Amino acid sequence: MIEREQVLHVARLARLRLGEAEVERMAGELSGILEHVDRIGELDLDEVPPTSHVVELENVLRPDEPRPSWPRDVVLEQAPDPADGAFRVPSPRAD
Amino acid sequence: MSELLELTVAQAVARIAAGDISRAEYFETWREAAGGDDLNAYLWRAEDGVGEVEGPLAGIPVAVKDIFCTEGVETTAASRILEGYRPPYTATAVRRLAEAGAGVLGKTNMDEFAMGSSNENSAFGPVRNPWDRERVPGGSSGGSAAVVGGGLAPCAIGTDTGGSIRQPASLCGIVGLKPTYGAISRYGMIAFASSLDQCGPLTRDVTDAALLLAALQGRDPCDSTSVGIEGGVAAPSREDLAGLRFAVPAELGHDAIEPGVRAVFEATLKRIEGLGGEIAEVPLPHAEHGISAYYVIAPAEASSNLARYDGVRYGTRAEAGDVIEMYETTRAEGFGEEVKRRIMLGTYALSSGYYDAYYGRAQKVRTKIAEDYAAAFAEFDFVVTPTSPSVAFRLGEKTDDPLAMYMNDFFTVPMSLAGIPAISIPAGLAEPEGGGPQLPVGFQIAAAAFAEQRLLNAAYALEQAIGFEARPGDGDG
Repeated sequence: MIEREQVLHVARLARLRLGEAEVERMAGELSGILEHVDRIGELDLDEVPPTSHVVELENVLRPDEPRPSWPRDVVLEQAPDPADGAFRVPSPRAD
Repeated sequence: MSELLELTVAQAVARIAAGDISRAEYFETWREAAGGDDLNAYLWRAEDGVGEVEGPLAGIPVAVKDIFCTEGVETTAASRILEGYRPPYTATAVRRLAEAGAGVLGKTNMDEFAMGSSNENSAFGPVRNPWDRERVPGGSSGGSAAVVGGGLAPCAIGTDTGGSIRQPASLCGIVGLKPTYGAISRYGMIAFASSLDQCGPLTRDVTDAALLLAALQGRDPCDSTSVGIEGGVAAPSREDLAGLRFAVPAELGHDAIEPGVRAVFEATLKRIEGLGGEIAEVPLPHAEHGISAYYVIAPAEASSNLARYDGVRYGTRAEAGDVIEMYETTRAEGFGEEVKRRIMLGTYALSSGYYDAYYGRAQKVRTKIAEDYAAAFAEFDFVVTPTSPSVAFRLGEKTDDPLAMYMNDFFTVPMSLAGIPAISIPAGLAEPEGGGPQLPVGFQIAAAAFAEQRLLNAAYALEQAIGFEARPGDGDG
């Protein structure tokens, strides 16, 4: 069972602002999903190696040759608030 | 309706190559058809025709899921957070199609960031099923499936993370192929769960699926996990299934399958036997834990992949007093409900104290599922299941119950976790539970990693024997 406090903690980690109603709903929904997921807790998996990648690959290497990157103006074109050739963000601390 | 719209891609390629029809005429005919979209399936439609590049897809318009970056053309993954985003580059999959002579006909609607099984999670409204507008087309590649099933595009590409090509293909009565993980480059494909995401074709028939796969597959220096398919992909040809062994999972969970779907599945097994194929049950004991493992692994990877949407470099930004508040508000306003749910689920599963119990265990279950398949493929050529436990369901029917929605992926998730290829072909029609006009039922065939050619050949033989010719609207009188 996921408590309200846990929802708020995880939302902070994920940088997600949740409304009051969302917190309540999320607690119920996540609990329901995790209750189903908890069934894998019954399996004996002690000696089983985890799989993070399904296709066996050796290290994939390429020559370290310099290539041109995108021009700064092309990249900044998509930025919500470009300024002085950089990405501008609000101050880290509100005044 | 123009007879050009009746041609399969392979037929159109031949007619264009022979000079019977011009590229411009063919593209324009499809552009007009796409303009009649009443399914909310397109988010953007091309105004220009196809170029003059020669190749195996010369002159073919392709509908592209809006998860693929297209240079200068708005690409949103059906999310508010990417509204207005015009990528400075084009995804390798789309570029390869262009190099084969194809052109982008339009960008298709989808579940936001490919998270969903009904296309109801799009920020731009749900897509309707061409067979019944009150029903969902499936998801997440719902727009791509609907345009092909509804006669708004000759073919499409989508992405499949846990069934997002196969399930909508099944619900819209078309062919959908999820290739082996690594067959096609993921470069420029907006990431959902990077260890599972794979591009693939949605087409009218198996031959067209092979034609698109041949153009799409290959190693790409921009995606170090891409390896391509050794020897390439040829047009499928096989008339019988003699000497081939088909496994039905012993734990299929017949109770969860709609009676109409079960009847079509069983009739298809009989047809396989009629073609000389052998059917036997095989234990796949961990497949039933696929949903549990998947709904830990995919959200965990998603929570990490979607951290990049923070309102700094691209996409939308909410105004706020300080930078943390800016992140939190931008993400709160930019993401839809399902995306938030999965970010929360994934962040929880990866958080300190829960990592081993959830993410660690899920990755071990993934190993067990892959081992089950490896054991099955030591004895059998293919594993077969229904693609989806039900035919297309009603809009809104499952939106209040996330877990019920996730169960749609019951038959498609295990192959994604194992990284193996699987195809859904239309196998017949069935009445939905609760009655109503008949709707398409998909039959899923899975094969060992990189056995795409054998998979396509067998699917082709079965497709010819089934002779599925029903179209949306046939039953409306």
